Order: sequence, then structure tokens, then C-alpha cells
Amino acid sequence: MTDRPSDDTSGTPRRTPHYVNREPWDPYVSERLTAEQEKYYMAGQWKLMWWRFRRHRPAVAAMIFLALMYFTTLISEWIAPYDLHARHSGYIFAPPQSVHLFHEGNFVGPFVYALKTSRDLETLQRIYTPDPTKPMPLRFFCRGAPYEFWGLVHGNFHFVCPPEGGQFFWLGTDRLGRDMFSRIVYAARISLTIGLIGIALSFALALILGGLAGYYGGWVDNVVQRLTEIIKSFPHLPLWLALSAALPITWSPLLIYFGITIILALLDWPSLGRAVRSKLLSLREEDYALAAQMMGAKPGRIIGRHLLPGFMSHLIASATLSIPSMILAETALSFLGLGLRPPITSWGVLLNEATDINVVAVNWWLMLPVVPVILVILAYQFMGDGMRDAADPYA
Amino acid sequence: MLRFVVRRVLLMVPTLFIISALVYFIIDLPPGDCVTSQIDELLARGDPDAQHRAIELRHLYNLDDPLWQRYLEWVAGIFRWDFGLSCQDTVPVSELIGERMMLTLVMESATIIFIWTVSFVIGVYAATHQYQMGDYVASFVGFIGLAIPNFLLALVLLYAGKVYFGLSIGGLMDAEYIGQPMSWGKIVSVSEHLIIPVIVIGTSGTAGMIRRLRANLLDELQKQYVVTGRAKGLPPLKLLVKYPLRHAINPFVADIGGLLPDVISGSVIVSVVLSLPTTGPMLLGALKTQDVNLAATFLLFVATLTVIGMLISDLALAALDPRIRFGAKSEK
Repeated sequence: MTDRPSDDTSGTPRRTPHYVNREPWDPYVSERLTAEQEKYYMAGQWKLMWWRFRRHRPAVAAMIFLALMYFTTLISEWIAPYDLHARHSGYIFAPPQSVHLFHEGNFVGPFVYALKTSRDLETLQRIYTPDPTKPMPLRFFCRGAPYEFWGLVHGNFHFVCPPEGGQFFWLGTDRLGRDMFSRIVYAARISLTIGLIGIALSFALALILGGLAGYYGGWVDNVVQRLTEIIKSFPHLPLWLALSAALPITWSPLLIYFGITIILALLDWPSLGRAVRSKLLSLREEDYALAAQMMGAKPGRIIGRHLLPGFMSHLIASATLSIPSMILAETALSFLGLGLRPPITSWGVLLNEATDINVVAVNWWLMLPVVPVILVILAYQFMGDGMRDAADPYA
Repeated sequence: MLRFVVRRVLLMVPTLFIISALVYFIIDLPPGDCVTSQIDELLARGDPDAQHRAIELRHLYNLDDPLWQRYLEWVAGIFRWDFGLSCQDTVPVSELIGERMMLTLVMESATIIFIWTVSFVIGVYAATHQYQMGDYVASFVGFIGLAIPNFLLALVLLYAGKVYFGLSIGGLMDAEYIGQPMSWGKIVSVSEHLIIPVIVIGTSGTAGMIRRLRANLLDELQKQYVVTGRAKGLPPLKLLVKYPLRHAINPFVADIGGLLPDVISGSVIVSVVLSLPTTGPMLLGALKTQDVNLAATFLLFVATLTVIGMLISDLALAALDPRIRFGAKSEK
């Protein structure tokens, strides 16, 4: 149509030449989708959510960070240079050693200076000074302190080992001369999983109780509603304190760990349960729910197979947003000495050492477990925000 | 309106009963009781009188009575302002808790007032100056406030105060006023010491409130009636305060129900960290030693505070919003 002949100049009236497209005409041409559109329309809801989530840059960064953190819990033994309980009686409250690269202008690779110990004769405190004449190169991918990998396999491989004949306390040591860095690495195992297990329990509780309330209505609904109101209106921390104080001292640390997760879940489910209930209340009136009922599906199947998938994404997003409060609650309980107890070590247990401010004022590195706590909380918040925005891909 | 109030107050009673029973039973749950540890200590010291003393103490605290009987006695005592004996010091609980409860109440009210004023001012400012520097700063500060757990903030502040300023933040009054009767000097001293805890407990609540008020007010400011008002030449302040703000403030008041439990939780742990003479540290101690009467009294006090706070927020909301007021009337 646009390829005009050059007969303009001839003076004859301007006329477009007759043009016939020899291709067969497709009446649906305007409705055909480009490959990209096709992909979009055919994508399932989870895929759509993922695309939407991906656009939220901070959330993706947070997710990568969390994935890394969780990955480290799988290989804590390799990352930590020392054992969780290894005590170095010669190095009590040793300050963090900085890693250097150059010694007297020459490149030697990552190394630390040996620590010289002396005593302040007035305060009787130990004073550690780096000895700048003795560079001690760190060893990498090396054999060091032996451990039982996951308590099962014997091993001694580490990514970083202390130098031969020296020590490497990257983040200092505590009052028993235990390496803070190793302890923080190991504690991540407990602190990070307690949120996941707790949220799984609370999720299950919310599904069951909220599901019952929403699907059956009537008195079941009333009882569950009153229950959630009471739990929600009561300040959680004092109740957590009371419940965890009620765990018998005779229990093994592992049992206490599960006890604490159950306690956290017991007080956490109401907000999720309410969401389940209100969604179910509206969804059970839908035609497809009625159809399923007519065809003789049992309530369990209707709820699980037909109703729940409709708002699962919302639930997962709100559950993610409540993981940080669980991690925090555990940290707070352990910090107060009512949560986990040694030998199980979480960030809260580590912070328990930082309760005496006079000790902390001298040995500031005891506060360091605060850093991973805050980072993880922030990351979960970002990721949860991103997931919540992505949860409704058709909006 | 009166009916609404009465109904709400009557609903409080069973709630508090359930909570008190639950709390009492939970605290008594673990094996042993508060006497056990004391007696163990005596036995360890080789006190020949220990067994005899144990019987005496158990008798004093009625520990051999079944749990439900002790609970009923405790509940009955509450109405006479008698909360039973504290197990550790053998003094009536009511003597131990008086001033602590007062200070807790003062601290929590101060925190709520702090949260409200600060988030109100900042929230309104952020909404009216959307996408300007102040808005971004407010959002950023709010986000940090949400992210940093308040007891860690307390810990960090305590450390910073100690190391950089040589201050000790702990305590709620200067040493010379402890145990003294109320005086002007004491009030001044207490309010000076309140500043840090109030800020620490209040940050997370403030952050949430700012976000909500800003969002509400932004929704409201985009509506047609605001445009109309502006077109008709209403002065900006009046245009803000007269209608949009009144709408936006509603959820703000309703939120106190969710805010209060958080503030109380926060104040318990922050006061432990800062070792304030409020209910927090004593509650912790009582729970650790299984001092049932003392701990249950504190928990009941906390629960009562929450429930009353919710009541006040409901009433304020009803007073503020005719829809709720009339809705309640037509319902009954």
C-alpha cells in the first residue's frame, strides 16, 4: 500500500496502484498473540506470581540473602573454623582479630598477627595486643578441628582454619574463650529453623481451626472466634514467658527446642486463622463449592481441594511476614533465659551473654549476634512485602 | 451509647476470668513449686531443720491444697485487694507490686501518648508532602523502626550510652528518690528517666502507625470532595482538618487495640533490659521461681490493662464515628 510509484511527476492525477496481497487472508489475525503474550496468557498462577515477584528488586535480593543464610546452616561445620563448644582457656574475651593482606609492604595473602597476652595489674584484666612481627597466614580448604558432620559423619574439613600454631578469632571470643564467629555460624541453625518449624505448626493450626470455623460456621465458628480474640488481645510476651517457664527443667534441650516452637505457634496462629476463616466464609458460597457438595464431596476434600488453593498464595505471603516475629520471639525468650538453653545455641542464647552491660562495655563483640538477627528480620520483611504484592497476580 | 458501654464492660468479665484461670494453671504446671527450690537450698547447706521448715512453708502457702482451691482463694482475694502471699519474701503481693504497677501504668500511658503524637504529626506531614524529602525520611525512619526489635534497640542504646556518653540509662528515677513518697522532684526525675524507654518501646508502634495514617490520609486526599473544596477556595488547613483528617483518624483510633498488646509486650522486655522498676523484671523473676501468686497477679494486671485499653479505644471510636455508634444501637 505504501510503495508508491514515481508517477507523481508525470502530471496525471495521483492514484495509488492496485495492490493485491497474494497471501491467503486470516480473519483471526488481530487476535493472534505474539509469542510473549502467548506465554503470559498460558502461564499458571504460580508462574505469574514468580514474574511479579521478580520485579520487586529488594525482595529478590532479600530472598537470595535468605537462601544463602539457610544454605550456610547446611554446612555450618565447614564454615566455622572451630567447634561450637571448643574453649580456649588462654584466650578469654579476646578481641576480634583483623585480617591483613600486606606485611611490611609485602603481599603475604590473608593473615592475622599473633596475639600477645598481658595482664593489666590494676584491673586484672587480660590485655591482648597483636604482635606485628609475627604474621600468621590463614589456611584455606584445610584440615582442622575435628567434628561430627550433622552429628553423623566424622570429618575435619574447613573452609578456613586458624594458622599453624596460632589462633584465628575473627569476631573475638566470649567468657569461656569460645570463638564468637563459629558460635554465630552454628547458632544460625537453631535460630533460622525455629521460625520455619514454628510457622509450619502455626500454619497447620490456622488451617485446621480457621477451616473448621469458616466452613461450618455456627457454634464452632463462635468458639474459635472467641479463642482468637482472647489470644490476640493478650500481650504475647508475658504469656510466652509464662508458657516457657512452664517447660520442665528436666527436659532435654532438644525437647525444649520443640516445646518452644510449639509455644510460639500456639500464640501465632490466630491472625492466620482469621484470614482462613473469612476467606472460606466467602468462598463456600461460590457455585463451584456448591457443585462439589452436590456431587458428594466430603468437607475435607472441598476445603483442601477446591477452596484452599484459591487463597493459598495469600496465606503463604502472610505466613512469611510472621516468620520474623517468631525468630524474634525466640531470641527474646532465650535472651531472657527462659528460652533455649545450652548446649543448644541460638542467637538469643548468645545474646544472653550480653545482658550485663558492664561486661559488654568492655567486650563489645559480645553484641555481634545482633547483626545477623537484624539482617534476617529485614530480609524476611522485604521478601514478605514482595510476596504479598505478588500474591494476587490477576490484580 | 450507654447500652453499648455496658455490653462491652460485661464482655470484659468472662474474658478476664478465662485469662486468670489459664495463667494460674500454666504457671503452676511444671513439677515442683516455689518452696522446693528454697528447701533444696537449705538442704544443700546442711540445715537439719529443712524438712520441718518445708512442711511449715508449704502449710503457710497452702501448697498442699489442690490447685483449683488455691485458684479460687486467690480470685476471691482479688476482690478484697488481697493477692495472696509472695513466695520468695513471704510478704503480701499487694505490698510488692503497688509502686511497680503505678510506674508501669505511667510508662505505658506515656508510650501510647508518644506513639500517637509523633505518628500523628509525622503521618500527616508525610501524607501532605508525598514524595518529598520529608516523606522519604519519615518512611525510612519508620521502616528501620519496624525492623529493629525494640529489646535489641534498648541493648544497643544502653551500650552506646554507657560507652560514648558515660550514662547509665537503667532505672526510672535518681537513686535518692527510691522509696521516697511522691514529690515534685521525684516526678521530674521519673519523667527524665522515662524518655529513653518510651522512645525505645514506642518506635515500632510509631512506625506502623505512621504508615497507616499516611496511607489512609492519602486515599482520602485524592477524593473528589477535596478537589471540590480546593476549587471553591477553602483554606488549605481547613481543607485538611475539617473532613479528610476526620476520616483518616478512624482506623488510627481503632488500632489502639492492636497497639496495646505490643506496647505491653515491648515494655516487659525493655524494662528487663534496662532494669526498670516496673512489672517486667519482677514478673520474670516470679516466673523463674514459680511464685504463682505474684506472677499470676502481674499477668492479670497486664491482661486487665489490655482489656481496658481496648474498651477505651472502642468507646473513643464510637464517640468519633456515628456509624459505629448507631450500628451498635440498631444491633441490640
